[in-house]
Amino acid sequence: MSSGSDADWTAEEMMTVAAARALHDGAVCFVGIGLPSTAANLARRVHAPGLVLVYESGTLGAKPAFLPLSIGDGILAESADAVVGVVETFNYWLQPGRIDIGFLAGAQLDRFANINTTVIGDSYDAPRVRLPGAGGAPEIAASCREVLIVMRQSPRAFVERIDFVTSVGYGKGGDDRERHGFIGAGPTTVITDVGILEPDPETRELVLTHLHPGTTLADAQAATGWELVASPALEHTPPPTALELSTLRKLEWTKAGRSTAGVS
Amino acid sequence: MTENGQSTSVFVLSTVVRNPNILAPLRRSAAIAPLDVAIDALVRDGDAIALEGFTHLIPFAAAHEIIRQGRRDLTLVRMTPDVIYDQLIGMGCARRLVFSWGGNPGVGSLHRFRDAVERGWPEPLELEEHSHAGMANRYAAGASGLPFAVLRGYAGSDLTSQTDSIRTIVCPFTSESLAAVSALNPDVAVIHAQQADTRGNVQLWGISGVQKEAVLAARRALVTVEELVERLQPRPGAVVLPAWAIDYVSVVPDGAHPSYAHGYSERDNEFYVAWDAISRDRETFRQWMEANVLGV
Repeated sequence: MSSGSDADWTAEEMMTVAAARALHDGAVCFVGIGLPSTAANLARRVHAPGLVLVYESGTLGAKPAFLPLSIGDGILAESADAVVGVVETFNYWLQPGRIDIGFLAGAQLDRFANINTTVIGDSYDAPRVRLPGAGGAPEIAASCREVLIVMRQSPRAFVERIDFVTSVGYGKGGDDRERHGFIGAGPTTVITDVGILEPDPETRELVLTHLHPGTTLADAQAATGWELVASPALEHTPPPTALELSTLRKLEWTKAGRSTAGVS
Repeated sequence: MTENGQSTSVFVLSTVVRNPNILAPLRRSAAIAPLDVAIDALVRDGDAIALEGFTHLIPFAAAHEIIRQGRRDLTLVRMTPDVIYDQLIGMGCARRLVFSWGGNPGVGSLHRFRDAVERGWPEPLELEEHSHAGMANRYAAGASGLPFAVLRGYAGSDLTSQTDSIRTIVCPFTSESLAAVSALNPDVAVIHAQQADTRGNVQLWGISGVQKEAVLAARRALVTVEELVERLQPRPGAVVLPAWAIDYVSVVPDGAHPSYAHGYSERDNEFYVAWDAISRDRETFRQWMEANVLGV
């Protein structure tokens, strides 16, 4: 998925910029660590100064001056409108539908945007790879008004059948999600390093709606473990602007823990 | 055993009275004692223990003392196992893990946790796995003296088929289908806080996680603190735990490192990044633990 090989930005940067653009000013956003946190902080600096960042450590309205390494770095509490306990975060703020946008990622995703963050392999008890687990994801997927998924696209990650359903997107497709009585609408956008996928309004199967500059439909299909369908209105994502790129790079440069990031 | 030397006088040795009909133990007051004394008094082989702290205020020094005292067959309870449980698991202290997210935040895998689950080293590890919302509510139920908590959660997730402590109930008022999770009542809760006063009252502030719920849900509780003060200065938004809700207080400055204590220290993010390489290999891990925990 070599996008931008002759451009002056990377596929990872394009993915982060595309995720930031999906966050509108004034939205309340539940932020996980890693790319979602980077994208949310980028959006707040470029086009959405009123974006409200909620980290699951209970920091509501955090405005970190630099990128934290964890969801509980001190900079988040120091810059927050309010710091609340974890029970309150999930019960009072997430559960009743007060959060507009939730960010999720996973090791595996299927065509109905169900996510696996638990185990790889056929057996839960003897997994090939033990992943971190659910964290806040099942309830974020259920209760945020909408969910953005950000993942690198590859046949190993975008699979026909996920090994474990940790968090539900559209279940078995169609109106299956409605059966669970979730408050939120579910995943509305899947942003990858190749392009953007959105659920078909009827079948809820993910279809390719955008290709990032430098990528082709064939690239996207090769990176997908199911037969990926493109929208008839397939568009190209506008490339990162100079402001988006410079702001993103400055953020990455100041990321906490960065100075020894090469250790592993 | 280390002598911390900060406070060697034991003021009151509380007796934990356990009546099976009373969920909350009768605690009279907290004893202020060195960490090794407190751990020795509170933690037994086979106990269910919750060392809580959501990224902030993780009681690492207490975990290291548990490792030094060689406790075994523990059920480790914690929302985010983090590096602290990676160390306990890798040192063979744990039989079972009750948790909701087991990674090194912002860095990657917990290699000792993965090695135990994937390859049974050094011991096989049983899992009881939840979501964050489920774990938080289980603590809240435990603290409230209720047998279970109710939440909108887990619908459609395969977790329900793996975890016995998740069930579905029907709301008696609206007939909605909701998740029920059983209460958590660990034998021991251990947390770290900024301050205690000389009577053993504790105050913590900043990101407060589920520490209050964990202490109130547990049968016995230890709080390690950065410092002992004559009198606590009330702070807006702080969590205050009165001495009579705690069994032991130990003074352990920097006892959360590489986690942190807001107002006293910064999270050692470079250590969390470095842990990836230290913990990836069994021998490197053992050597690090020998040099930095066992030999201290």
